[in-house]
Amino acid sequence: MTGRRRLEAILLPALAAAALIALWHSAVKATGTNVFPSPAAVARGVAELARKGLLVRYTRDSLLRVAAGYGAALAIGIPAGIFLGWRPAAARAANPVIQLLRPISPLAWIPVAIVLFGISDMSAIFLIFLASLFPILVAAMNGVRGVPAMYRDAGRNFGLSGGALLSRVIFPAALPEILAGLRIALGIAWIVVVAAEMIAVNSGLGYLVIDSRNAGKRYDLVVAAMLLIGVIGLILNLLIQRVSRLRAVQWGFREESA
Amino acid sequence: MIPVPEPAPRRTKVEIRGLQMTFRAENEVRVLENMDLDVREGEFVCILGPSGCGKSTLLNIVAGFLAPTAGTVKIDSEEVHGPDARRIFVFQERGVFPWLTVEGNIGFGLGCLPRAERERRIAHYVGLVGLQGFEKAYPQELSGGMKQRVEVARALAVDPDVLYLDEPFGALDSITRLVMRGELLRIWRAEQKTILFVTHDIEESVQLADRVVVMSARPAHIRRIVEIDLPHPRDLSSRRYLELRDGIFEEIGLAHRI
Repeated sequence: MTGRRRLEAILLPALAAAALIALWHSAVKATGTNVFPSPAAVARGVAELARKGLLVRYTRDSLLRVAAGYGAALAIGIPAGIFLGWRPAAARAANPVIQLLRPISPLAWIPVAIVLFGISDMSAIFLIFLASLFPILVAAMNGVRGVPAMYRDAGRNFGLSGGALLSRVIFPAALPEILAGLRIALGIAWIVVVAAEMIAVNSGLGYLVIDSRNAGKRYDLVVAAMLLIGVIGLILNLLIQRVSRLRAVQWGFREESA
Repeated sequence: MIPVPEPAPRRTKVEIRGLQMTFRAENEVRVLENMDLDVREGEFVCILGPSGCGKSTLLNIVAGFLAPTAGTVKIDSEEVHGPDARRIFVFQERGVFPWLTVEGNIGFGLGCLPRAERERRIAHYVGLVGLQGFEKAYPQELSGGMKQRVEVARALAVDPDVLYLDEPFGALDSITRLVMRGELLRIWRAEQKTILFVTHDIEESVQLADRVVVMSARPAHIRRIVEIDLPHPRDLSSRRYLELRDGIFEEIGLAHRI
């Protein structure tokens, strides 16, 4: 990248963000609203949250729930998806059920989660697990199904079968597609944790949004929480994107190498 | 004068008897009909015919990837029931594993060797196919010809008795193809392998083979076997070369009504 292009890559997004904040500020001033906070009020809100220790605690709670739910989805979804992709008969049997459950919004499961686990961490984790499971499962299944016969044949030719063929040929060949599924699932998990925390628990960034509104209409804190959610989602996405830049999987991501 | 002993006649390596193949799609497609062929140890045999004549099917049966409808394939008097690491199939360069480096690909079949021996062999075959300096490169960073050489080296590294090559140079540009033919001949003579080489290119078959097996149109049987009694390196403008080439061209023309 030339120096000029690098400068543009930083400068242009910074300008766009500054313009948006300026627009927000003048809109608050022009309408004279005392409900919706100005950018400065939100910044003070973030500082207040940091001072009370809520910023770190709620962020940590939300991330821990995502880690638990997403981790469970990963631990179950990847092996199950690989198994289904490996055994076409099993995939044919399970596919209608998967396709039926998949379009159900995870939020529709909230009553079920509360019946099963009550108002608890487990409810939120269960919802995150459900929301991340299907993208991961389907990606692993399709990834394995789509492995070219040539790779399988080459692996068998070198004397591999069963578990060795799976781990040395099928899994690495399917890995780029599995990673794409993991990335989608992580985005969904982060969206769902906020919704789950509004209903099922008493901490976390989603709880912060709803609690700030209910306890004294603190819209500065509502917007502060929203921005935090956005920033952390962005960081999570950047982190998982880095994984797909590893050289052993990069071949599968050629189109979106930007 | 001491009489020069006649070289012992080379023993039969591959023995194909009464081979038939019928695919059952909507209606039955007879692909191979009553095929008999013997390949001697260390011999370079080209199987020549246009696309779709069944020559790839033949090679896949001999390699053990497909089971024939009738007939047998024996190698060293032992019937073939599946792929075997003593006989490696070289696909077009697409068979190279994109998730492994050049080294990783070439060492793929050497998992059971001690580390030092494994590294020695990898280095030897990297050198043999002229890829020094690219050991750590991934296939996506290589040209088509280099990938093809990786695949040939991967096959040779496990020291097989037989190599099956299915139009291995078909996707290469014409200059690279010429170079690769030279390389293959060099390696064949250095490593004393038996080679079955499928091609639709008459020139290629006459340049490479000890014998050219001319296939008929589908259902395929052997139309003629042409001995190429020319020493290597072959003079591609000699009378005998042109005579053999034109003879095969005529035979193919009769068989396929070109």
